[in-house]
Amino acid sequence: MAAKTIISRPLYGTLSPQPGKHHLFIVDAEGALAITDMAGKAPPGFFDGAEIVFIPGPEGRHVAALEALKPAQLHIAPSFASLLPRLKQTLTNAHMGLRLYLAGTEGLIGQAMQAALEAGIDHTSIQTEHRGSLARRVQCVHCKGITENVSTQPALCSHCGLLLLVRDHYSRRLAAFQGVCINAEDRSEIPPMEEAFP
Amino acid sequence: MGITFRKETFRDDYTFRNSPEHIRRFPFPFNEDAYMYAVNIEPHVVGPKGSVLENLIDVDEHYVAEMQDRALVLAEDPLRCQSLPHMTLAGWDLLELLMEQQALGYPEHFTLERNGDRWRWINRPLGIDDTFTFGDTSTLPYGPMEYITRQSQGDFCILDQRDGNLWMDAGMVTTQADWSLDFDIGMNFFEWHAPVPLAHEKGIFTRALKFLTNIQQGKPARRLNWTMTINPRLDTSPENYHKWGPDRATVTPENVGQKVHLRVELQSFWRLPRSNAIVFPIRCYLIKMDELVTQPKWARRLHRVIRDLPEELATYKGLTRYRPTLVEWLSKLDDGSATSPGFGPD
Repeated sequence: MAAKTIISRPLYGTLSPQPGKHHLFIVDAEGALAITDMAGKAPPGFFDGAEIVFIPGPEGRHVAALEALKPAQLHIAPSFASLLPRLKQTLTNAHMGLRLYLAGTEGLIGQAMQAALEAGIDHTSIQTEHRGSLARRVQCVHCKGITENVSTQPALCSHCGLLLLVRDHYSRRLAAFQGVCINAEDRSEIPPMEEAFP
Repeated sequence: MGITFRKETFRDDYTFRNSPEHIRRFPFPFNEDAYMYAVNIEPHVVGPKGSVLENLIDVDEHYVAEMQDRALVLAEDPLRCQSLPHMTLAGWDLLELLMEQQALGYPEHFTLERNGDRWRWINRPLGIDDTFTFGDTSTLPYGPMEYITRQSQGDFCILDQRDGNLWMDAGMVTTQADWSLDFDIGMNFFEWHAPVPLAHEKGIFTRALKFLTNIQQGKPARRLNWTMTINPRLDTSPENYHKWGPDRATVTPENVGQKVHLRVELQSFWRLPRSNAIVFPIRCYLIKMDELVTQPKWARRLHRVIRDLPEELATYKGLTRYRPTLVEWLSKLDDGSATSPGFGPD
């Protein structure tokens, strides 16, 4: 249904080194490569003031490449949920001038941005780069449950079981796309489920 | 003499009706035989006696029943009323505006007494007589926005103005045409309108935002919007779409007149004095086809509008499933004769 993008859908760029002394990177999986690609453009000593928080994902790759950058701090986290308390603390205590860089899956970028917004950071000041899976976080507008890693269109709500049309309409506050029952008018209509966000 | 408030429902047995006087005052939204988006904003000034514009905040025969329906929606889903933390002052602004306007327009039903910050509000139709301190949230049973919008017809969005944009940062939304406050809260003007087809390309929202950010205190503006609803259901929220969506498949040639309703939103825009926010009341009026076609001009014109509506708009408004049945039914009331200019009935 939504072939072209709409205005609420986030746009991602390419990470670039920002002026400043304190740099916080939050990346998952292939997002690590966004940092290593950026490193070539970074001034000498850039990573002396950098903290990298990395969620390697099931394949566990790219840790060595990040270590090679010699950041002031490299923190490996098993999941976004596990790093959230630490991230909130870091953002709460952050000095003016902290530069935030997010790279990897949309779900990771969205949730890290959500934490940053809650800490009062303006979303336009955050560097983002999408890498890896296109899988979406989807909020079911009916039961309000969030389903992670949605790759199909339509998709099943993992909470209430309704078959959802995954829209491009996106909420930064919820870090989620909107899912609306696709066959509400006639439940006997079951459109085929296709891989839409690989 | 005052308004006789109807006892009626907007769910289950759907006893909602318009009296003959209310049919005549219905804000029919088409002033010609076709419809396309336009920036149709005009100054919100008082209109003719007996019209919905007789007062800038309209109270009508459905007031008590609508407030009861709102209470039911909020009990089921409290997320329909939300206010981000920085919006409390704007909530007080809105409380003042609605109390003043309702007391001004309908003194037999509403009274506002002010003694410095000590205010007394009497709402006779709902049996409310409260004394509170303006600006002190602890003296009201709800936050100021929720308190007054539980007593005012229509949905209300409060838009914070900053960075040259408007932000949907508070609202009471229980009678919406298929959009979710819970999802859209915190979004800017372009973001929350993102799903609307065609209008972005036409530059509608850029021009509308420019107009809205320049609205001045004491000079409100308004526009009409419309859609259609099956059964007189106020709560056509996306939250409950899986509950009301099946109604769209129940329209038959026999029941069009009773089931299909034109739903008109009178949207107005007001600058609030203390917060500098904009409040955006979205007042919903429903009329069933049997009532609407008692005015032959409206029957002819609605037939032509619905028949010729661009497909994308029909889809967005959710008419696809029953449009052929509706157009066929209306066509029998259209003899092809000309319609007079303007919105009103002949």
